[in-house]
Amino acid sequence: MKDKVRETTERWYKEVYEPSVADPKRKERRDVFETSSSIPIKPLYTPADLEGKDYDELGFPGEFPFTRGVQPTMYRGRFWTMRQYAGFASAEESNKRYKMLLESGQTGLSVAFDLPTQIGYDSDNEISAGEVGKVGVAIDSLADMETLFDGIPLDKVSTSMTINAPAAVLLAMYIAVGEKQGVSSKELDGTIQNDILKEYAARGTYIYPPHPSMRLITDIFAYCKDNVPKWNTISISGYHIREAGSTAVQEVAFTLADGIAYVEAAVKAGLNVDEFAPRLSFFFNSHNEFLEEIAKFRAARRLWAKIMRDRFGAKNPRSLMLRFHTQTAGCTLTAQQPDNNIVRVTIQALAAVLGGTQSLHTNSKDEALALPTEESVRIALRTQQIIAYESGVCDTVDPLAGSYYLESLCDSIEKQAADYIKRIDEMGGAVRAIENGFIQREIEEASYKYQMSIESGDRVVVGLNKFQIKEGFPKGLLRVDEAVRRSQIAKIAAVKAKRDQKGVDAALKALEDAARGTDNLMPPILAAVKQYATLGEICDVMRKVFGEYKPAGM
Amino acid sequence: MDRKIRVLVAKPGLDGHDRGAKVVARALRDAGMEVIYTGLRQTPEQIVNAAIQEDVDCVALSILSGAHNHLFPRVVELLKEKGADDVLVVGGGVIPDEDIPGLIEKGVAGVFTPGTPTAKTAEFIRENIKRK
Repeated sequence: MKDKVRETTERWYKEVYEPSVADPKRKERRDVFETSSSIPIKPLYTPADLEGKDYDELGFPGEFPFTRGVQPTMYRGRFWTMRQYAGFASAEESNKRYKMLLESGQTGLSVAFDLPTQIGYDSDNEISAGEVGKVGVAIDSLADMETLFDGIPLDKVSTSMTINAPAAVLLAMYIAVGEKQGVSSKELDGTIQNDILKEYAARGTYIYPPHPSMRLITDIFAYCKDNVPKWNTISISGYHIREAGSTAVQEVAFTLADGIAYVEAAVKAGLNVDEFAPRLSFFFNSHNEFLEEIAKFRAARRLWAKIMRDRFGAKNPRSLMLRFHTQTAGCTLTAQQPDNNIVRVTIQALAAVLGGTQSLHTNSKDEALALPTEESVRIALRTQQIIAYESGVCDTVDPLAGSYYLESLCDSIEKQAADYIKRIDEMGGAVRAIENGFIQREIEEASYKYQMSIESGDRVVVGLNKFQIKEGFPKGLLRVDEAVRRSQIAKIAAVKAKRDQKGVDAALKALEDAARGTDNLMPPILAAVKQYATLGEICDVMRKVFGEYKPAGM
Repeated sequence: MDRKIRVLVAKPGLDGHDRGAKVVARALRDAGMEVIYTGLRQTPEQIVNAAIQEDVDCVALSILSGAHNHLFPRVVELLKEKGADDVLVVGGGVIPDEDIPGLIEKGVAGVFTPGTPTAKTAEFIRENIKRK
């Protein structure tokens, strides 16, 4: 039967397609069609493209290799977690926004921290001037964290925190807030990003060099397996790699290569793979090219399952599952005609859902201009709700499986990503490939090519390089008051005046000793947090012991 | 022979988003300029020292965190203090339109927001450098 399809396909190309495109009136729009990852796209896909393919390569939902999804019922059971990344200004303001989102039907929280917090500086540090409360909420001590979650029961929500270098400190604060609410750490549900490798490669909020950073990460894995068993201890992120300009294939390859490095580090630290791997989670971007994105999510799932089984010998099915959060691609939003972004986000969100995401953030239309307003965040959330409740795409599992094109694309992405991972292995793994600049160079190259294709007009961005209109200044953007820093400085002073300074000093000393030795760092960090040591004080102790990361060639 | 225009592309503040800075750096290089990129997390002091040391004609600042109103004018001020106010200062990033007049008033010569073609930035620098 396959031979017959191949024959008829060849006949169609020769007798129908070729004469047709030879006619100048029916000439195709481009000489070459290809995806963002330069995968060539044929005019037509038929069963001949899936020749020799066994259905077992796809498998069934909830079973190896999880191409079709990690859950047996997927969205027939329950929808993905609708989780809008939010946080700005002070803990009070952000707490208000979280309550608004929960009241609007959001099902999980996602905390954005400001840059000083992400890099382990207190608001009163001179380096924090101008940045406090800007891209997220400012957290200086446990007191701020208590305010942030005031009136939000931590046993009822799941909370994702975009925090990397100081992830251990923020997790400790969350555990401490839980205790004050009477919620045991065993009940806490959520995620810390905790993915330092992509910070070196793409996002930039690193503090310590790779070696101690990997230790902090594996200490968190080890601590959580016993004490915070429902916590996702890392969110291995391709999102920022893609935002930095990578292709879809590179996003999969570099993310999974980072994942391999974390698993190797944890195994080397003496952990059993099946004890921590079920708590690993991933975070991907959903970009513009609808079908390539859907194929990407499915390919990533299949490739990771094989890596965990074949390379690490994982046995627990949960260790093999690539569970992931998705955010629509911020870099595709245009400052021009911002309402068009609602449509872009809809298409990207739909791709994430058809790709089987476990949770989703949809960007707001005004994010190329400023932080989103309450109204635009609501539209973004409503977009997810419309897909979930109205579109019907959630009523059967993995509805696009079997599409000749999609499956063929899925195979190409998996193969190309596996080839990249092989190259990275040959260099000695992801840490080496970042230290020698390979990953950064590959991303930069792709990003420049993308930008030049927009500037040449080869790639059309509606409203930006085609279909432009004259526009006035957008009105009603959200602004963060410069007074936030002053108020944070006052809060730090108040906390320092009230706390038991001897207790703080002893806790910081204990942390320093642990950092110099090999004990797990989580218990002394938790103890310091509970004494109201500030984030900056705790991170400074580790800076003193570990030093700071300096990128090569600066 | 004309000396090549020298540009320092700099990332003031704490944000790590340097996709734009790197693309602009490369595009200016392709447009025939000599470009030095500072890397992330530079203080205004570090940027101004680098600008003087490298004897640049233009400092191109990139920021996406919203700290531009604080950091851009600080760079202009420090250049002036060090007697290097003939260095052209331009900026780019996610900068609300309503902030632009204030930045221009404080001595930033041009502000380029998302969607600006790199060729336009290069042309602006070429036409506006004060040191010939």
